[in-house]
Amino acid sequence: MAIGFILILIGIWGMVTQNNIIKIIIGFSIIDTGIHIVMVGTGYIKNRTAPILDSEALRQNAAALTVDPVPSALVLTAIVIGLAVTALMLTYAVRLHVKTGSLSIDNLKDQA
Amino acid sequence: MIVLLVLFLGSISLVAALFAIHTKSLLSAVISSGVVSLVASILYIVLHAPDVAMTEAAIGSGLTTVVFLLALRKIRSARKEDHRG
Amino acid sequence: MAKRVILLLLLCGLAVLFYKTLTGMGPTLTLAPMSQQMVTDAPQTLGSQNVITAIVVTMRGLDTLGEVAVLFIAAAGIGFLLRKEHEHRREMRRDGSEILKTGARLLLPLIILFGCYIFTHGHLTPGGGFQGGVVIASGILLFILSDVSRSVNHSLLSISESLSGFGYAALGIAGFFLAAGFLDNRFLPMGTFGSLFSAGAIPVIYSFIGVKVGCELTGIFTSMQEDA
Repeated sequence: MAIGFILILIGIWGMVTQNNIIKIIIGFSIIDTGIHIVMVGTGYIKNRTAPILDSEALRQNAAALTVDPVPSALVLTAIVIGLAVTALMLTYAVRLHVKTGSLSIDNLKDQA
Repeated sequence: MIVLLVLFLGSISLVAALFAIHTKSLLSAVISSGVVSLVASILYIVLHAPDVAMTEAAIGSGLTTVVFLLALRKIRSARKEDHRG
Repeated sequence: MAKRVILLLLLCGLAVLFYKTLTGMGPTLTLAPMSQQMVTDAPQTLGSQNVITAIVVTMRGLDTLGEVAVLFIAAAGIGFLLRKEHEHRREMRRDGSEILKTGARLLLPLIILFGCYIFTHGHLTPGGGFQGGVVIASGILLFILSDVSRSVNHSLLSISESLSGFGYAALGIAGFFLAAGFLDNRFLPMGTFGSLFSAGAIPVIYSFIGVKVGCELTGIFTSMQEDA
């Protein structure tokens, strides 16, 4: 879980200091992955198995033998939405490049 | 044993994330972010969440990289047209 | 220069916050009560083996409806932003090599079959609608990228996407009338536990979601793919 937190920090740092729009979007994607790792990590219980009940013994005693299924269900939705948002950001970047001809943010900041 | 595996994978993903931000070539940055997603999907298997691992492997290291590469191709072709015309 | 200092301070603050959270949480030993109820409920009343599928489709079905709506809006936004304003010069796309073309033509039916298998068996094995839809969309992407002369029919894509979205909402409303609530799955007969036609309406709902996600992602790819 600590790995997820460190990934978030690296992503935020990258997002703010970089100049190129595509690098900023890559930083956003790294933050997204880090957050998902943290969320799935909170549902983990040691020495238990996945919540798919396909054997009889697992079914009888399910609440004592499986890992928490709720964070996995939430992260499933979140990953797909992260992809949709990243694709939308990239089309903005492409249109910006077609209109102004460059990919760096410094050119866009100084509009009056 | 599992702690060793998690530490090894975690260090690979941190190095890849740092490389993705610092490198000058956009292509290497995109492919290293794909590596970060791949390592994340292996971590999900270790955390006993197979559904999330499948979704992350298909979307994070497959489709996200493809969407980035398509956008880069459009930018490069537009740049080439500018230089030609 | 001041910007960098402020940024470093912010990151150090966040790191301290994360560290306190990490050391403050002890390792969990038992499931939370709501999760306990969900895990014991799923095989008995809903009849599905995969607990995560039961949660995503039935117990938190409204979240899935919201996600399908978000995907639709994103696909529509991308299609709108990338429309062709005036005729650009058609750039020559390079054809793939012969091995790539033949291999892609051979693999495409297998990939689509695998994707359909994933989302129809969503309640028995890990997987489900989203994974199956993504697999189908990446198969079609391989097909488009390898052969220049083929292209996907846009009207077919939009018709099938709208139909599956409509089917998903219709099943939800049918659950409203015939069973306990919105998107409840008890109005189709539950067969024997563990076979393919069990768990009520879960496979049908997930198939609609799988087809819809596949069509949407393919639509995103084709609009990003068009030359200029």
